[in-house]
Amino acid sequence: MSRNPNATGAPDADPAVVRFDDVSMRYGRAPEILKDLTFTLAPGSFHFVTGASGAGKTSLLKLLFLAAKPSKGLMHLFGQDVSTVAREDQPFLRRRIGVVYQEFKLLEHMSAFDNTALPLRIEGRKPDSYRNDVAELLAWVGLKHRMHAMPATLAGGEKQRLAIARAVVNRPEILLADEPTGNVDPEMGLRILKLFVELNRLGTTVLFATHDEDLVARSGMPVLHLENGRLTAHGARP
Amino acid sequence: MSDFDIGRWRPAPFLPEADSRDGSLTFVVATLCFLACLTLIAVLATNRAARDWTSQLDGQATIIVRPKANETPDGAAARAAETLAGVPGVAEARALEKEKAEALIAPWLGAADLSDLPVPRLVAVQLTKTAPADAIALDRALKAQGLDAVVDDHSVWMADIQHAAQVARWVGMAVFGLIATAAAAVVAFATRAGLAARREVVEVLHLSGAEDGFIAGLFQLRFAKMAAIAGLFGAGAAAIMGAILRLAGGGQGLTPVLPITWLDLLAVLPAPLAAGAVAALAARLTAQAMIRDLA
Repeated sequence: MSRNPNATGAPDADPAVVRFDDVSMRYGRAPEILKDLTFTLAPGSFHFVTGASGAGKTSLLKLLFLAAKPSKGLMHLFGQDVSTVAREDQPFLRRRIGVVYQEFKLLEHMSAFDNTALPLRIEGRKPDSYRNDVAELLAWVGLKHRMHAMPATLAGGEKQRLAIARAVVNRPEILLADEPTGNVDPEMGLRILKLFVELNRLGTTVLFATHDEDLVARSGMPVLHLENGRLTAHGARP
Repeated sequence: MSDFDIGRWRPAPFLPEADSRDGSLTFVVATLCFLACLTLIAVLATNRAARDWTSQLDGQATIIVRPKANETPDGAAARAAETLAGVPGVAEARALEKEKAEALIAPWLGAADLSDLPVPRLVAVQLTKTAPADAIALDRALKAQGLDAVVDDHSVWMADIQHAAQVARWVGMAVFGLIATAAAAVVAFATRAGLAARREVVEVLHLSGAEDGFIAGLFQLRFAKMAAIAGLFGAGAAAIMGAILRLAGGGQGLTPVLPITWLDLLAVLPAPLAAGAVAALAARLTAQAMIRDLA
C-alpha cells in the first residue's frame, strides 16, 4: 500500500510547517467552534494549546490531523494549501503527522507491540525492518515488560505511553497531543511531558493541548491560548 | 519481565477476528446460494425437457387417412404411405398397423370392442433433416392421388411447448437473478453493520494514513472469504439435493418432465466463486461509500 511518501503535491517551500490564515471551523450547521485563527508554527517548535473546556483545543487538533475541514480561511501544512490536496493524497500527508488522542484510540484486538507497529505496517514496511525499533521504542516509553499485553489489561498511564509510542514510531514531522496528561497523576504527567520535550529536541514539531496550567508554567514553552474559539495568545505565555 | 519474543512476532490482522454475527451471515448466504443453485439446476432440466420434447416432434408428421367407399382402410393407408414416400423432403413414410391406431385411442374408449368402429388409419412420416417437406406439400401430394387425409405436422404443439419452455427459462433466470441480488444486498447490509461495529478500527486506520482502498480492501477480503465458504456449503447442499432427486427419479431424473442429469450438478461449481465475487463487490462499494463519509 506504499505509494509515494511525499506525494502531497507542491514542495515544502513555506518555512512554516503549519500556517493558518483566518481559519474558522464549524460542525455541520452549528455555530463556529473556531473563529478567524491566524498563526504559524516553525519547524521544530513546541507549543502548548491551552483554554477552558469547549474553547476549541480538540477542534484545532482535528483540523491539523485532517479529521475535519475548515469552514473558512486557508490552512497550510508543510507549505501546502490543504484544500488543494486530493483525497487520495491525504493519507500521505497524515503519515507525516503523529497524533496522541485524548481517548487513546488503541485497537483492542492488537497487543501493545502491534498497536505501536500499526503506522509502519500501514506504510507498507516489512516486519523485519522495524521489529527491533518498535521494541526499543516501547522500552523507551517504559513498556518493555508489557509488549504482549492487550490494551484492556493496561493501566491508564500505560495506555497513554502506548498511544505516544504509536504516534511517534514513524518519526512524524508534527506531533499533536490532545490532553496527553489528562488521565494520569502529576508525576506521570511530568514524565510524559519530558518524553515530548525529548522528541522535540530530535526535531519534531510538537503541539500539546492541555488545560493543566501548572504543567505549562513549569515547562516555560510558548502557548496558543484559545477562548471561545478565538486565539488570544500566540507564542508568549498567557 | 515480558516473555514476548520479538523474533517470533507476527503482525496481528488489521480487523478483529469474526464475531458471532458473521456465523448468521454465513448461514444466510449459504441458504441463498443453495436456492440459487437449485434454481439453476431446475432451469437446466427444464431446458433439456423442452428440447427433448420439441426434438421428438420436430421432423415428424402424422397423416390421418380416411378410406373411401371402394377401398379398405389398410389399402388407403398403404397408398398414402407410398405416395408420401415419393414427396421430396420425406425420408420415410410408414402406415401404422390397425392395432397401433386402436391403441392410440384406447385411453379414451377403454377396452371396448372397436372392430365395428371406422377407426382411421395413421401414417407416420419422417421428414428429412435438410429441407423437410411442409404440411402443404404433403397435403397437395395426397389430394393429387385422391386420398381423403388430414396432415398434422405438430406445429401447433411445438409452438406451445417452445413458448412454455421459454417462459420457464425466463422465470428461472428471474428467480436466479433475484436470489443473487438478495445475496448481494445481504452482504452490503452486513458490510455496513461490520463497518459500524468496527468504526473505531476504521477511524484509527484512516487517521494513521491508510488509504481508502486499503481499508475497503480489508472488508472486501473478509466478506469475499466468508461468502465463498458459504457458497461452498450452499452449492454442496444443492448438488446433494440434485443427486438425491436424480437417484429418486431413476434413469430419467426426478420425472420425465424434469430430467436432471449428473452433468447438471456440475453447474453449481462456479457458485462459491460467484458468491465470493458478488460479496467482494458489494463489500467494496459499501465500505468505500462509508469511508468517504470520514473527513
